Amino acid sequence: MDDRRALQGWGGTSPSVSLVHPAGDDRDLVAMVTEPGRRGVLARGLGRSYGDAAQNGGGLVADMTTRNRVLSVDTQTGEVSVEAGVSLDTLMRLLLPMGLFVPVSPGTRQVTVGGAVAADIHGKNHHVDGSFGDHLASIDLLCADGSIRHLTPLDDLFWATVGGMGLTGVVLRVTLRMKPVETAYCVVDTERCANLDDLMQRMTTDDHRYTYSVAWVDCLASGASLGRSVLTRGWPATLDQLPRRLRHKPLDFRPPELAVAPAHLPNGMLNHLTVAAFNNVWYYKSPRERRGEIQSIGAFFHPLDGVRQWNRIYGSRGFLQYQFVVPFGAEDALRRCLTMLSDAGQASFLAVLKRFGHGNSGHLSFPMPGWTLTLDIPVGSAELGGLLDRLDEEVIAAGGRLYLAKDSRMTAATMRKMYPRLEQWREIRHEADPDGVFMSDLARRLEL
Amino acid sequence: MKDAIGNLQRILVLGGTSEIALATVLKLAEPRQGVHVTLAGRPGERRAAAASALHAEGLQVTEVDCDVRERNSYEQAIASAFDADGDVDVVIVAFGVLGDQERAWQDLDAALELAEVNYVAAVGCGVLVAQRLRAQGHGAIVALSSVAGERPRRSNFVYGSTKAGMDAFYAGLGDAVAADGVQVLVVRPGFVKSRMTTGLSPAPLSQVPEQVAEVVVDGLRQGRRTVWAPPPLRFVMSALRHLPAPVFRRLPG
Repeated sequence: MDDRRALQGWGGTSPSVSLVHPAGDDRDLVAMVTEPGRRGVLARGLGRSYGDAAQNGGGLVADMTTRNRVLSVDTQTGEVSVEAGVSLDTLMRLLLPMGLFVPVSPGTRQVTVGGAVAADIHGKNHHVDGSFGDHLASIDLLCADGSIRHLTPLDDLFWATVGGMGLTGVVLRVTLRMKPVETAYCVVDTERCANLDDLMQRMTTDDHRYTYSVAWVDCLASGASLGRSVLTRGWPATLDQLPRRLRHKPLDFRPPELAVAPAHLPNGMLNHLTVAAFNNVWYYKSPRERRGEIQSIGAFFHPLDGVRQWNRIYGSRGFLQYQFVVPFGAEDALRRCLTMLSDAGQASFLAVLKRFGHGNSGHLSFPMPGWTLTLDIPVGSAELGGLLDRLDEEVIAAGGRLYLAKDSRMTAATMRKMYPRLEQWREIRHEADPDGVFMSDLARRLEL
Repeated sequence: MKDAIGNLQRILVLGGTSEIALATVLKLAEPRQGVHVTLAGRPGERRAAAASALHAEGLQVTEVDCDVRERNSYEQAIASAFDADGDVDVVIVAFGVLGDQERAWQDLDAALELAEVNYVAAVGCGVLVAQRLRAQGHGAIVALSSVAGERPRRSNFVYGSTKAGMDAFYAGLGDAVAADGVQVLVVRPGFVKSRMTTGLSPAPLSQVPEQVAEVVVDGLRQGRRTVWAPPPLRFVMSALRHLPAPVFRRLPG
C-alpha cells in the first residue's frame, strides 16, 4: 500500500518525494511513529496548504484522509467528535441538514479537520468568532513516544498543536463545537469601495455588525483607485429571512461542482492583461450597493470549490499565495505593501482583505488583531522573489507576520522575527518530541 | 530545500575551484544573501581565492578537502557536506583535467590520470551523491560534461572519451533517480575561455564561464536533462555526429 511519490502543496511548486502511507488505525500509526526512519513522519490531509507544509521529502507521510469517520454528534450542544481526516465538506454535507454549521470555514471546504487544527485556520468570521482552535473541546494527539494524549485547551501542548503545522504529533481525533444555524443560506450585503481608504473606513465602522466579512481587492488598480474593492458581508440567514421557495428545504446543502480544470494548461495564462481584464469585469459587474441578498453557503464561502483543481489554471510553474497580517495602526504599512504590489504589476487573480479579531493562545497561530491581505501570484517572473522579500521587511517592521499554511518562500530568519512565541513553542515541542520525529519540508526550510 | 521562487539554501561543488562552477554558484545564489556553499577541492591558494570571492558576494562558504584521485577523500567530503545542517539543493560535479592530449594517448600515466579523474571519480561521486539526494527526496546534480564527448576527435579523443563516459553515466543516472525527485542536468559546454584552456586557440562559438552558468541555471529551472552551452551547439553537434567519418576526419582543429 505504501507508495513512493512526489508531493506538493496547492501552489504546485517545490515537490519532494516521500513514502506515502495510507493511515490505518491507531496501532498502525503508532507503529509508524515509533519507527520514523531518518527523515521523520508527517500527517497530511487534503494538501490545501499552498507551500511545503504537508510534504516531507525522503521521509514518511501518513495520508490521513483514510480516517474519515464522524464518531459522535450531539445535536443539543453541537459538540461533534470526528477522526482527523474528515473534511469540512463532509461535515457540512452531513451536519447542515441537522442545523449545524462548521464554526470556521476557510475559502474551501476541501480541508481536513486535522489540517484545520494544524494551521489554526480562520474564515470570514474571525473578527467575531476567532479561529478554528477557539472552537475545540479536545484533541487526541499521537506523540513521538507512541503515546496518545487527550489534550484540552488547559494543556500547553494543545496550544502548541493548534497552529503547530503538524510538528507536535499526529492529530487523531478532534471534538469541536459546531454552530447552530436555521438555514444553509446567508444574508449578504455587497458594497463597491472606490479605494483603500473607503474600504478600510467601511470595515472599521461596522464590521462588528456582521458575522462574516471579507473584501476582494483589485491589486492592479493604482493611484487614486489603489485598493478599489468589493466588500461582501453577511449573517447566517434565519428561516423567516428566506424567500418562500427556499423555505420548505432551508437546510438543503448540495453545492454543485461546475467544472474540472483541465490538466497541463499553459503557463502565463494569468498575466497582467488577463487579470486586469478580469478584475475590471468583477468590479463593475458587482452592484454599487446591494442589501439583504440571499446566497447559499457554497456560493458565499466557497466560490472556487465549484471548479475542481482550479490551481491548474496557473500552469506547470504553479503559483504562490502571500498572506500577511499587520496590526491595527499599521494601515500605512498595508498601503505601502499594496502600492508596491500595484507598482510591480504582479498579477494577483485573487486578493482578499479581512479584519482579524483577537488571536488565541496558539504559539504559532497566525491571526492577530489587524488587517490581513491575501494574494495569489503566479510564479515565474524574475522580480517576484525580491519583491516579496521586500514585502517581508515591511511586514516585520509593522509587527506583522506571514501565514505558515500559505508560505512557500520565507526564510528561517524572517520567521523568527514574525513569531515572538517561537522559542516557547520550540521548548514545548522539544519536550514532546526530543528527537524531531515529526518533520516537514516547511520545518526544514524554516529551521523549526 | 529550493523554495517556490527557486531560492536555494545549500550548494555543494565537487571540484571547488572550477570557474564554470563558481560562476554557476554566484548565479544560483544571486537572489538572496546567505546561501550556503561547500567547496570541495584540494587545499591551496586557488580554493582559498574561490572561497573569498564567494564570501565577498554574501555567501556562507565552507571549504572541504577533497582529492578525487582518492576514493576515501571524496567519500568523506561528500559525507561531511551532507551531514552538516540542512539538505543540499544542488551538487555541481565540476572537477576534470584536460592534460596534454598527445601525451595522453601515448603515456600510460597521463592516460590513466585522465580516465581516473574525469571518468572513474565522476562515477564514484555520482553514486554517492545520488544516494544522498534520493534519501532527501529532492535535489539536483549538475554534471559538467563537454561537447568533446559527443564525437571524440583526433585532437582530443582521450579527454573526449572520458567525457563521453561520464556524460553517459550521468544521463542514465538522471533517468534512474527522476522518480525519487532528483534532477540530473548534463551540461555540454563548447570551448570556454578559462584556466583549463589557457594557451589553446578559441574554437568558434567560444564563451566565458558566466555564459555557461546562465545556461545551467535556466536548465535547472526548466527541469532539463541535457543542455548545450551556448545552446546552438546542440544543432552543430548533431550535424557533426552525422558526418561520415572520412569527412569528419578532415575537419580542421
